[in-house]
Amino acid sequence: MKIVVLMKQVFDTEAKITIDGSGKINKQGVSLIMNPYDEYAVELGLRIKEKLKGDVTVVSVGGPEVQDALRQCLAMGADKAILVDPGTDDIDEFTTATILAKAVGSLEYDIILGGFKAIDDGSVQVCGRVAEILGIPVVNVVTQAEVEDGKAVATCDIDGGSAVIEVNLPAVLTAQKGGIEPRYPSMKGIMQAKKKPMQKIGLVDIGLDAAQIAPKVKTLSFFMPAAREAGKIVPGEPAEAVCELARLLREEAKAI
Amino acid sequence: MAKGIWVFAEQRNEEIKKVTYELLSAGRKAADALGEELCAVLMGKGVSGLAGKLGEYGADKVFVLDADVLENYTTDAYTNVLADLAREHQPTAILLVCSVSGRDLAAQVAQRLGTGLMTDCTDMTMEDGQLVFTRPIYAGKAFVKAACPEVRPVMATIRPNVLAADAPQAGRGAETVAVSAGAGDVRQAIKDIIKQISTRPELTEADIIVSGGRGMKGPENFAVLEELADVLGAAVGASRAAVDAGWKPHSFQVGQTGKTVSPVLYIACGVSGAIQHLAGMSSSKCIVAINKDPEANIFKVADYGIVGDLFDVVPLLKEELEKLLA
Repeated sequence: MKIVVLMKQVFDTEAKITIDGSGKINKQGVSLIMNPYDEYAVELGLRIKEKLKGDVTVVSVGGPEVQDALRQCLAMGADKAILVDPGTDDIDEFTTATILAKAVGSLEYDIILGGFKAIDDGSVQVCGRVAEILGIPVVNVVTQAEVEDGKAVATCDIDGGSAVIEVNLPAVLTAQKGGIEPRYPSMKGIMQAKKKPMQKIGLVDIGLDAAQIAPKVKTLSFFMPAAREAGKIVPGEPAEAVCELARLLREEAKAI
Repeated sequence: MAKGIWVFAEQRNEEIKKVTYELLSAGRKAADALGEELCAVLMGKGVSGLAGKLGEYGADKVFVLDADVLENYTTDAYTNVLADLAREHQPTAILLVCSVSGRDLAAQVAQRLGTGLMTDCTDMTMEDGQLVFTRPIYAGKAFVKAACPEVRPVMATIRPNVLAADAPQAGRGAETVAVSAGAGDVRQAIKDIIKQISTRPELTEADIIVSGGRGMKGPENFAVLEELADVLGAAVGASRAAVDAGWKPHSFQVGQTGKTVSPVLYIACGVSGAIQHLAGMSSSKCIVAINKDPEANIFKVADYGIVGDLFDVVPLLKEELEKLLA
């Protein structure tokens, strides 16, 4: 089984977001983590490998700092990492998907996994776009999957419930929390990860030029949400307080 | 020349979802500003009868695709049909609901049409003659304004509850265009569908959410919140702490690693207000916090707070609201 995992490095969930002097998101001093949903994708990949043999290649797009997250994937048990540096910050989901699809297209793959969303831009479209470019089916928001006989049977979230979907491989599956728990890298895994191959390449190495990855979406500006002000603490004993709260909700906030 | 603002009319169980009307109302304004028509795209099985409703909410034209193969959503069938229709008619914009299926469909169609897609948008405005979308990043810790200046159609998914739905105009008709489109090769085979048995609304669409955190102390105590939720017709949510403790499934989680919600009223019970939870709910219109700890972070964003034991406060609040709403 040739398993590919698409991974993104993101800001830590505890990160405070600020905007710098040039109006962009301030990246200074923010700690970076593997996108939490991608951990589920790596875990799913490792479980498939353990069952059916094969190897797991993790592919990411970004600068040299992404190697930390890739090493974490290797420490969890992935076999090989590929990092494509786009050489520009001016990217959108179309850009990333184009690069990933081109990089993955030159590999052998039976199944491609990724997190169903990244917690930074939350745009939920890169993996789907990759599937479309490669001409293979996608199943999104997967909590559990079994791979057998060239097929994947996936349990996934749908509006108002869940569904079991079967697809022939190769296919793209995007992972959601809820079914499996990602493993922690073992000390042995961390040591081994240092020796595993990490390929760092640029656009030219996969035969892309800047024009082919030009973003479709143009960012106009970033801004912070209006700060919510602390409201009023409704005083009194519980019975009194809820009475007043109910009145406020109806008469002042008009929320009920 | 691209023409027409399209709204993908989301329906479930042969009922148009409220958020579809929100999209139509916003789409109507955009279409008027551009001097173009507003079209709804209605897909499913046995859905033809719903077209009239879409006219009342502002659609000039309704493309109806009524077929057995469209009964349940599959990525390929819906993508093939919508992408083909868009190729034929070349709309200016396609707006979809930011639901599980809406997100899925939007990404595939956007890539097939070679265009840009902005997801989970919380606003749509017209600036310098182009559609500009506002969307949260880092689950709402910051926002970005973006556009798709060169390629058509512009595509976006819009979050429920953020745009206002105008009142329907009874009797306002729309031209109905029945389309018999081929769904093509559908590679996703549905083996089973498990419907969530709940009389409560879905978290991302609910007008009111009652949410519990670590202060709930255990899974059995969520009954207290459920009783309050049922009085209000609300959905029940949970913080990451409560989900990680195994008290509620992940589908209940509100926050950066769960769902991002924008209800009219969010009642946080025993929720401390970790930054990643606040990111997922601080765009709620009104926030109520009930917590024992007067220093809890949640009070910094709450419009109204009660410092007290939720096990005393919530049942009393339920009784009070029951009286008020009776």
